[in-house]
Amino acid sequence: MTNMSLFHFLSYGFIERAYLAGSFIAVLCAMLGMFLVLRKLSLIGDGLSHVSFGAIALGLFFGFYPFYVAVPVVILASVLILKLTQKAKIYGDAAIGIVSSVGIASGVILASLSKGFNVDLFSYLFGNILAISNQEVYLSVGLSLLVLGIIIFLYHDLFSATFDEEYAKVSGIKTETINIVLTVLTAVTVVLAIKVVGIMLVSALLILPAVTALQVAKGFKTAMIIASMVSVLSVLLGITVSFFLDLPAGATVVMINALFFGLAIIYKKIT
Amino acid sequence: MIKVLEIKNLSFAYGTSEILSGVSFQVDKGNYIALAGPNGAGKTTLIKTILGLIGKPHGAVKIFGNDFENFTDWKKIGYLPQRVNAFNPLFPATVKEVVGLGLLSKKSYPKKFTKKDEEKIKEMLSLMAISNLQDTPVAELSGGQQQRVFLARALASDPELLILDEPSTALDPQTRQHFFELVEKLNKEKGVTIILITHDTSQVGNYANKLLYLDRKVIFYGPFGEFCQSQNMEKYFGHFSQHLICHQHD
Repeated sequence: MTNMSLFHFLSYGFIERAYLAGSFIAVLCAMLGMFLVLRKLSLIGDGLSHVSFGAIALGLFFGFYPFYVAVPVVILASVLILKLTQKAKIYGDAAIGIVSSVGIASGVILASLSKGFNVDLFSYLFGNILAISNQEVYLSVGLSLLVLGIIIFLYHDLFSATFDEEYAKVSGIKTETINIVLTVLTAVTVVLAIKVVGIMLVSALLILPAVTALQVAKGFKTAMIIASMVSVLSVLLGITVSFFLDLPAGATVVMINALFFGLAIIYKKIT
Repeated sequence: MIKVLEIKNLSFAYGTSEILSGVSFQVDKGNYIALAGPNGAGKTTLIKTILGLIGKPHGAVKIFGNDFENFTDWKKIGYLPQRVNAFNPLFPATVKEVVGLGLLSKKSYPKKFTKKDEEKIKEMLSLMAISNLQDTPVAELSGGQQQRVFLARALASDPELLILDEPSTALDPQTRQHFFELVEKLNKEKGVTIILITHDTSQVGNYANKLLYLDRKVIFYGPFGEFCQSQNMEKYFGHFSQHLICHQHD
């Protein structure tokens, strides 16, 4: 395997699919992650990925394609987190904790009831981008383009509301709507990212590129660009390294992301 | 006279604790109002209630002749919040990016910055004497420099009403003087209506033409000079306190 030429490696259809879908999802995670990290909502990715565990279990239980169930369920959960913080007046981390544990608990109960799809369900825990199908690539790229389009369309509003929500309101920006949009986009992205790194590691894909960029960037737009580049590079390198060293792709992607973060800290120290 | 703000019987409570009670006043175009009062008097709450930042107001609020619910022309209002350096210090936004946020109230979707906007940002940076800092992250600036950045942001939309919440707290005496002169210039030369929340009535008294003294309700609203001469106010505050509020006002 290690003697294989790069040309042969790149000619594999599954590698092309993994590169394509992985790159789009990586950009999404980097951009949304930046807003989430700066709003101190980093762990919302973790919470929503746990919800998706329950949602995927629900899909498998009723025999639906799991991602079709996960997208709406996780979107609903994301809005629920937002509403819990607003209406029930509890802190965001507590709301994330509640929704996250209910998600996991329902997944475990459904797995226990079915006694048949445990292997399928647990394969989602660590993802496998190398096993992505054509249909999943179309879905990932399509949804990624939609989410990216919305981020670009609302870029200034998202920036303003993240930097200073009070001032954003006085600028006429509907910050409540912006917050809902950001949460819903995060929900869609989390479901997509599960394919790349799995439920257990989704939050790393949201957090690491953003915090890496924040170490070195001077300027918000620059930070977004650096985070996207780090994220894409980590996914591409992760897929490549995992293939040649026969390692799990998702975990390798996360470790390379962590390596970039370490390098960014060193760079910041020496400059 | 154009009415910028008409506040009638405005009340606000946090739970059962009433912060504002039956507040009524009117601000006309070109007024420069010092909003003063003791700690916890409800000064910031009053402004935030008027701007809709803390729930719907109880009472009538009209902004530029429109009921609060119908007011959408936010570009007419420039706002410099209190403790602006309370923003996330990890936020990498540059001075130029932050000043640009002040233009968003003028934009409709899709919000894009034009060459004219870039020129406006440069003009604001120059006005605040921070052109050399345009690519510096705001978090790396001193308190005084940050204050100038946020004032530039507040002025970017060419507001007709400028609301400043204790703007001089982070400024050294020289910058403070420059700041007050600049605000006075905006008021006198461009006719911008100013509401300035302050503890330091001694200094702002030299510039403002009206005092709104608040202590959960309106204690006094009128010209500064009238306050200083008012025997009623002397009875309310005592001679010493009244003198303290007025003491450098000419």
